[in-house]
Amino acid sequence: MAKKIGSKTKTPMPCQEARPRARNFSEVALGYSVEMAVAEANRCIECKNRPCIAGCPVEIDIPGFIKAVAENRFVDAAHILKSKNSLPAICGRVCPQEEQCEKVCTLGVKFEPVGVGRVERFVADWARENLADETPQKQPPNGKRVAVVGSGPAGLTVAGDLIQMGYQVTIFEALHKAGGVLVYGIPEFRLPKSIVQNEIDYLLHMGVELQTNVVIGKSLTLDELLSEEGFDAVFIGTGAGLPSFMKIPGINLIGVYSANEYLTRSNLMKAYRFPEYDTPLIRAKNVAVVGGGNTAMDSVRTALRLGADHAYLIYRRSRNEMPARHEEIEHAEEEGVQFHLLTNPVEIFGNERGGVRGMRCQRMELGEPDDSGRRRPVPVPGSEFEVEVDTVVMAVGQGANPVLTSTAPNLKTNKWGNIVADPETCATSIPGVFAGGDIVSGGATVILAMGAGRKAARSIHAYLSDPERSSQTEIQEAVMQG
Amino acid sequence: MHRIVRKNQLAADVVQLEVEAPLIARKRRAGQFVIVHLNEEAERIPLTIADSDPARGTLTLIIQGVGKSTKQLNRLQAGDVIRDILGPLGKPTHIQPNSQVVCIGGGIGAAVVYPIVRAFRESSSQVISIIGARTKSLLILEDEIRALSEQTIVTTDDGSYGMSGFVTDALKRILSNGKVVDEVIAIGPVPMMRAVCKVTREAGVKTVVSLNPIMVDGTGMCGGCRVMVGGKMQFVCVDGPEFDGHEVDFDELTARLKSYTQFEKESLERYENLCGVHCGLPA
Ligand SMILES: Cc1cc2nc3c(=O)[nH]c(=O)nc-3n(C[C@H](O)[C@H](O)[C@H](O)COP(=O)(O)OP(=O)(O)OC[C@H]3O[C@@H](n4cnc5c(N)ncnc54)[C@H](O)[C@@H]3O)c2cc1C
Ligand SMILES: Cc1cc2nc3c(=O)[nH]c(=O)nc-3n(C[C@H](O)[C@H](O)[C@H](O)COP(=O)(O)OP(=O)(O)OC[C@H]3O[C@@H](n4cnc5c(N)ncnc54)[C@H](O)[C@@H]3O)c2cc1C
Ligand code: SF4
Ligand code: SF4
Ligand code: FES
Repeated sequence: MAKKIGSKTKTPMPCQEARPRARNFSEVALGYSVEMAVAEANRCIECKNRPCIAGCPVEIDIPGFIKAVAENRFVDAAHILKSKNSLPAICGRVCPQEEQCEKVCTLGVKFEPVGVGRVERFVADWARENLADETPQKQPPNGKRVAVVGSGPAGLTVAGDLIQMGYQVTIFEALHKAGGVLVYGIPEFRLPKSIVQNEIDYLLHMGVELQTNVVIGKSLTLDELLSEEGFDAVFIGTGAGLPSFMKIPGINLIGVYSANEYLTRSNLMKAYRFPEYDTPLIRAKNVAVVGGGNTAMDSVRTALRLGADHAYLIYRRSRNEMPARHEEIEHAEEEGVQFHLLTNPVEIFGNERGGVRGMRCQRMELGEPDDSGRRRPVPVPGSEFEVEVDTVVMAVGQGANPVLTSTAPNLKTNKWGNIVADPETCATSIPGVFAGGDIVSGGATVILAMGAGRKAARSIHAYLSDPERSSQTEIQEAVMQG
Repeated sequence: MHRIVRKNQLAADVVQLEVEAPLIARKRRAGQFVIVHLNEEAERIPLTIADSDPARGTLTLIIQGVGKSTKQLNRLQAGDVIRDILGPLGKPTHIQPNSQVVCIGGGIGAAVVYPIVRAFRESSSQVISIIGARTKSLLILEDEIRALSEQTIVTTDDGSYGMSGFVTDALKRILSNGKVVDEVIAIGPVPMMRAVCKVTREAGVKTVVSLNPIMVDGTGMCGGCRVMVGGKMQFVCVDGPEFDGHEVDFDELTARLKSYTQFEKESLERYENLCGVHCGLPA
């Protein structure tokens, strides 16, 4: 029986005020109180079709946990969530809900959808503070060893699932801290690092071994993991960590950064706390960030927090086409980011010291749809203008980093360098080697990387449980041909 | 955690550290480097692997104290630990067996060129080495390089030792003697590498340089180490660090090395003030 409709709009999320928060690195969204969470949960009308479940890439029983919250059963809610999503505190914060679970919510047809992500975040935060770390039942050790390459959401999920199934799991991470984009890319003000660390500590507590500062392809090769190091299977979740630079004059001036570098310096290396931390980052007066995704939004908001007077977002399409989460776009606007939409840079100018002095842009208009289905931006003749900036950040997409794949000749990749893997099993062209997350899909989302990790864990288990490995041969053949 | 097992002062500001890193010690080849991250607050900085001992599981790093990070490393003592060492990074040097090469190391570049001299020597090549320093007290690795080279020329800018002048003066002399040289490897400060390339371009001798841009991750993820080589953007940490010197845009590299001058100054001053108070060691 569907419930009666309550409030037509979502319970507002308490946030730090726009002005002060634009100058600090503390979390922007403060999270629901118990009352707010219960109120929001009560908005779910428990509709019959429950389309929200299919809207979630890991198929969380959304009405189930929401109902538990509405009835003040937070422990139950936490269990329902955790059974499908091992990182709910993270997904509640960073999932593009408006494209997933909330997009298809029945309530959303006429009113604002249920704030699924916000309630999810509430439950995860509540559980972290109120429930002691429960160690889930682990299957008895089965003596088999699995290597996980990369500690982003895909790798963390594989590791968490397999350790529970009784495998011995070692994560190899190139950087000195685990977490992938969650630690080097997404800033503290959107995802506190203590939350990510908490999830990693939990995996370690369950017995996952973590080896940081090991880059597969250099410190060890994929072959060596399977031979000398004696792993029975390998999962590759190395992400999409190759920055792109526009081919325009001035791209190598001092003060032109890739978003990866800008964010890594700030997040991983804590440049925003210089000189307490040693890594520097130019504190520019006027910063232009080029791009329209989450990476661009994170960079431009970081620039404000590092003290910029003007932070510009330069994006070649219109607001509707921006791939960033809606909430982040809104937050950026509130904080004073100045949007130059339908605009594209054509040249960056330098000063006599080799630094950035300004940027020339041109206006764009939307033409026919392109391959992505979005209308292609085309330059408007004679529309060029200049902006005065001293730092430029390029957030125009990520490719596949070739460090691992270039040393694994039998690992099939596509023309963009992404690893070819079976969408159902994550099997690659090499028996016993599985891959998922951004290294397969290209830059996508945290929840999709986790979903892939979950699938991979299941098929690694199937593979290692089947003495004949027969199911594998067919998939391998499919991968090789596909 | 990586323990320092031995420390050696090579020159006024130059220290040699032998540090535990068994996996890297086993894998590394000439021309490769590591990223060192001393502690939670530290920068990640690239340092060449000067030598390794797979049996002891150790690497040798030779560090010139130029700013806060390197001076801090140089104050460590045997028994101290380094939090993170990542490697071996970069492409190994291409060692052409049975060739005739000139290896040039200027300043701290001698530490970078030393493992390359050895690799050439071990592949039955003939090596003429030129090592240069501003003055005699700054000269490093002379005996080690001399022991591996057919001929070794030492130059000092001020004439306090060896031949008076620059490494390029010694190189010109070798080339004008009509000696067959298949390849020149030149490693040192950017102005030195640029000057060597000018000489060898005129003489038509292939020249390899090892570039030293500012790095962060060292794995090709940030693009901070990019340089233009032959009009193409290259990431030094994964595509290099060695490139055809005649193709490198040295102007851009020089400018980019100055990106953080202000910050570096502030960092060093702050460090030396703090350190003067707490540890009492001379800066
Ligand atoms: C700035 C930014 C903001 C984003 N914001 C959002 C958001 O709000 N919501 C959302 O859903 N998604 C967001 N994304 C996308 C999301 O973060 C990614 O889709 C997701 O992290 C991919 O996970 P992954 O596990 O595949 O790889 P990653 O998170 O990229 O992790 C890969 C890990 O592998 C390591 N690695 C790489 N190569 C090697 C090697 N050879 N050996 C050892 N280790 C290696 C890397 O160091 C890294 O730690 C954002 C991305 C960026 C860059
Ligand atoms: C591949 C490679 C191999 C190297 N091998 C050696 C070596 O064997 N021994 C040695 O003494 N030095 C080596 N260097 C140089 C060394 O990394 C820098 O001297 C060091 O990072 C300076 O840090 P600092 O804080 O002491 O000085 P700072 O005061 O920070 O800087 C001094 C100068 O060093 C350069 N620099 C600063 N930060 C970095 C950084 N993160 N990465 C690279 N350069 C930087 C800049 O040009 C700067 O002007 C190497 C560099 C590269 C790229
Ligand atoms: S994981 Fe993401 S998509 Fe799934 S319910 Fe939570 S917020 Fe929605
Ligand atoms: S679709 Fe919306 S209203 Fe229906 S069950 Fe899911 S959250 Fe509740
Ligand atoms: S140091 Fe980051 S790409 Fe080379």
